[in-house]
Amino acid sequence: MSKQNRRSFIKTVGLGAAAATAATYTPFAIGGATKKVVVIGGGMGGSVAAKYIRMMDKSVEVTLIEANKDYYTCFASNEVLSGERSLDSIKFGYGGLRGHGITVVHDKVTDIDARARKVVTAGGQSFAYDRCIVSPGVDFKYDLIEGYDANVANTSVPHAWKAGPQTQMLRDQLKDMRNGGTVAICPPPNPFRCPPGPYERASQIAHYLKAHKPKSKIIILDPKPKFSKMGLFTGGWKRHYGYKTDNSMIEWHGTPKGSDDNVLTSIDVKTKTATTGFNEVKADVLNVIPAQKAGKIAFTAGLTNESGWCPVRGDTFESTIHKNIHVIGDSAIQSPLPKSGYAANSEGKVCAAAVVALLNGESAPDPTYVNTCYSVIAPGDGISVAMVYGFKDGKIIKIKGSGGLTPGKFDAKLREREQYYGYSWFKNITHDTFG
Amino acid sequence: MIRNTITKSALLATGLMLSVQSLAEPSAEALGYTCAGCHGTNGASTGNAIPSLAGLSEGYLIGAMNAYRDDERSSTIMGRIAKGYTEEQIESMASFFAAQPVHSNIHQKYDATKARAGAKLHDKYCSSCHTAGGTDPEDDAGLLSGNSKLFMKYTLADFHDGSRDMPKRMKKKMKKMLKKDPDALGKLVNYYGSGK
Repeated sequence: MSKQNRRSFIKTVGLGAAAATAATYTPFAIGGATKKVVVIGGGMGGSVAAKYIRMMDKSVEVTLIEANKDYYTCFASNEVLSGERSLDSIKFGYGGLRGHGITVVHDKVTDIDARARKVVTAGGQSFAYDRCIVSPGVDFKYDLIEGYDANVANTSVPHAWKAGPQTQMLRDQLKDMRNGGTVAICPPPNPFRCPPGPYERASQIAHYLKAHKPKSKIIILDPKPKFSKMGLFTGGWKRHYGYKTDNSMIEWHGTPKGSDDNVLTSIDVKTKTATTGFNEVKADVLNVIPAQKAGKIAFTAGLTNESGWCPVRGDTFESTIHKNIHVIGDSAIQSPLPKSGYAANSEGKVCAAAVVALLNGESAPDPTYVNTCYSVIAPGDGISVAMVYGFKDGKIIKIKGSGGLTPGKFDAKLREREQYYGYSWFKNITHDTFG
Repeated sequence: MIRNTITKSALLATGLMLSVQSLAEPSAEALGYTCAGCHGTNGASTGNAIPSLAGLSEGYLIGAMNAYRDDERSSTIMGRIAKGYTEEQIESMASFFAAQPVHSNIHQKYDATKARAGAKLHDKYCSSCHTAGGTDPEDDAGLLSGNSKLFMKYTLADFHDGSRDMPKRMKKKMKKMLKKDPDALGKLVNYYGSGK
């Protein structure tokens, strides 16, 4: 069936259904009033949702509110640290989205009035909506680490977990470090944005140090007993960086369940010392990635529960707390989907289709989701994880038999292809989002 | 095509009695959209390794997905992904991509001299099955010219080293071509990458 055929088919059937249940639908579905959607956050989730709403239904008026003029992708930012790519190569503007007829407003949202269906900004603007999509990404729990806060992160101990100036700062610190220096990476506890990210970061930094400062060391102080793609990463570290030998460039210190061995408790900014329940590491370059929670606006608007994340319906991503507000991306409780850029892309499209259907007085269509994520351990050694998801009995489920990891057994031909497929993935997902 | 028409009429006949909710499956569009993060919006790839899907014939797409799902075609990731879909869903997403215009990825770097030589080789050895430079979906033989260059390189390498089975006729022609010109595959890859 072609796109058009299928759409008009749904509309025809939809009318029959609408006649029976018209009372539950809002008036604009019948009349000519404009349907208004306000999207908060121009990252991977919000941008793609805004674009796909316009692709599916040009009659919907979409406003995207984003504080920053440019977006830097979190994925591929580890390659900026190793010098394999420039910061500019992961920077995207909003011209493409404007080309789809989306009104892009650079301002900071300060509140959402769920009852009046209105979004207000720091710049004093106010935007009415029929449906609002909130995609604010993550915020950090600085208060769990003594001596750490947003100011320290911006000036001397970057988390670099939102790409941009902090990515550049970390890159510069690595470049300025002496040969024989120590880089300490402190990954966060679960759940957090981009589960394989800290370990790809260690790989990319090791790749840089191996070529330029081979006497240096990377120490990972991890509050977890294991991590994403663990076997593939440690296998790669053995292959490239002498892992588990006396000359290992990477040391990983995990934390058994129930222990606090490598749970970071405090940092000393002056001496770049990280203190955990059991260890104390004095570093030359310190990278602290704090525990995470939903973006600030999700808390202000009362969209979070006791977990610090936003409960949503898995088929529409509508908040289970506030009607007509949808939450997508890292802020949403979307498990078993991971907090990844590709998952946010998939969620954005499911949410866009649901919003368009609901605005037109139809039921939300059946959802389908995919996650695909690439990491590069060293040039020529790419790995991936993938999964197909469906929706059953009110829940998002993994489709049995699908997905999984790159095979553990090293195959140079396939690993090189995975690296280049990863680069194509980057091109296509960013074009799909911002183009 | 015939199958789709039958499905459509059957649905239309019962459609008025059902609400939209009773559609048990994601739409062709919804399925197609999930592929875009890797394969490009509507299957039009802008990368030089992941292939485009836009405009490929339903028959070709269904055959490829089934081969990946059943581990009959070597892959990095597609075997893992294809196992997530039913026969009907594969047919449905194939119909979505088949309805898109063919996409030529013309922004790739290529060697113009090799590309010209490749065009000649293509005409001589490949064009009886891969019509119009391999850009005509009706031949059910995939997209060649204008597809991602590295994908073409990987695919030809897999055919050549036996990781992927070739039709008998293709095997014979490739052998003949490589005997005459050992660098023929490189030339073909540059031609396909040129999108001309």
